[in-house]
Amino acid sequence: MAIKLLGRRQSAPAPVTADEEAWIEIDGLQKFYRPRRSEPTHALSDIGFTVRRGEFVSVVGPSGCGKTTLLKILAGLIPRSEGTVKIAGRDVLKPIPEVGMVFQAATLLPWRTILQNVMVPAEVQRLDASTHRERARDLLKMVGLEGFEDKYPSELSGGMQQRAGICRALIHDPAVLLMDEPFGALDAMTREHMNVELLRIWRESGQTIVFVTHSISEAVFLSDRVIVLSSRPGRIAEIVPIELGRPRDISIVSSDAAGVYVERIREHFNGAGAID
Amino acid sequence: MTTTKASGKAPGKAPTTGTRRRPRLDLRENPEFALVPAVFVIVLLGWEYLLGPLGVEEYVLPRPSQIAASLGDQLSDDLFWGHLWVTLKESLAGYLIGVVTALVLGTLISQIRLVERTLMPYIVAFQTVPKVALAPLFVVWFGFGITSKIVMAAVISFFPMLVNVIEGLRSADADRIQMLTVFGASRSQVFRMVRLPTALPFIFAGLDIGIVFAILGAVVGEFIGAKEGLGYLLLQTNYNFDISGMFAVLVVLSLLGLVAHFLIRAVQRRFAFWAEDNRVIGA
Repeated sequence: MAIKLLGRRQSAPAPVTADEEAWIEIDGLQKFYRPRRSEPTHALSDIGFTVRRGEFVSVVGPSGCGKTTLLKILAGLIPRSEGTVKIAGRDVLKPIPEVGMVFQAATLLPWRTILQNVMVPAEVQRLDASTHRERARDLLKMVGLEGFEDKYPSELSGGMQQRAGICRALIHDPAVLLMDEPFGALDAMTREHMNVELLRIWRESGQTIVFVTHSISEAVFLSDRVIVLSSRPGRIAEIVPIELGRPRDISIVSSDAAGVYVERIREHFNGAGAID
Repeated sequence: MTTTKASGKAPGKAPTTGTRRRPRLDLRENPEFALVPAVFVIVLLGWEYLLGPLGVEEYVLPRPSQIAASLGDQLSDDLFWGHLWVTLKESLAGYLIGVVTALVLGTLISQIRLVERTLMPYIVAFQTVPKVALAPLFVVWFGFGITSKIVMAAVISFFPMLVNVIEGLRSADADRIQMLTVFGASRSQVFRMVRLPTALPFIFAGLDIGIVFAILGAVVGEFIGAKEGLGYLLLQTNYNFDISGMFAVLVVLSLLGLVAHFLIRAVQRRFAFWAEDNRVIGA
């Protein structure tokens, strides 16, 4: 199914300054939390990596390693202490319209229909309503929510709500899609199904994705590269390229090749406390 | 869902496939639909026929039939409708002034830190004043006409509304605000798209309590000094020792509050449908 408006293959030309190889550029990133009456915490230490345009990168690490902090800095929600953070050539100092985000909870607004929820970023950014409403319908169709446009969130299951959340993150055709443990609240079966769905959506939309998770196998299944963070302060322990070929089938999760990657990543956390 | 055999005179069950929930008329699931009228009938019958044998005199506690007769007399009397109209005017005018002021002030307090810090001490202090005790003062200030009653109704309906507006505008979910922020929403967009809808059920709770309070305020004002209104009528019947007449007025006052309550609930169901199951303060 072709989504005409979607993705890098058909979308408007990128800003001239942007480098396709360093679509996301992070260099020398430091983050300190400085509470008023106690010692400052070093949350992120010397983080540096780039993400290619259209790449799928996951960030894994033990609880409290700063992976959500990293994502929030990328989203422009919290300020960095030092270093460079650029998305599509643009310095991220506050939320920028080039970013779409999917949250741990779907965070749909209960007083809006599914279609109206998907339209939220377009409305906020005052984009043309009629073309984006068409696009919202296309996106909903792509994630299998055709016919649910006029339902309210409470009438949808958790997995369906999260799929609507993904549509909302894509409605304004962002340069980068940030995902913060989007399937963490779903049951194992739904989660697996959503992973397969996400790969299909990614293939069709061609979005650049940064995906935060604490499930190693989920990261291996989805990603081109997995960035492994260590704890306190969060620093990059290893960047693991996942050479599993695409398109991927869910059966790959139990393959030996995937097992090797999972083991290699898990090595980092042995002795450093459980990952979850 | 299995279909239960309709018991007795249970009304026909509409299939509950609609997307909007509506109260079901299934007596097994909602036995109160039968129990509430049953209690009403039993109390009325007991009141009518048991009090005599128990030695309660009719001039102390008139029987429902006498109250009904009194009510009938009142309703066919133009003077009564005049009194009702006056109380209605006072309550509604006071209510509108009270809730609109609370809405504006509550919005300012919840959104502007400086306004909150400056005004909150006064509001808390004023809130502890028993408002009913101010009624004599208002009559001195604003006279025996309807103005003093409007002021009373406004002051007394103001506070529950204010508290609900402030609380409602503050209870927006942090995740929802963050979601809008990521997509680039401005402060006013966050207010319009999340804070206001979140506050809506609270605002309706404030409107709901407020209308009952406004009627109370108007009647209390009329007690202190008035030449017309249901509160005045209540005192008149009292002086004449017309107890069943008093009850008739009380029935009308209760019905007034009840009708207003259901009107507000109907509007709420229309505009804050997602919050039907939520309980908000004072609801």
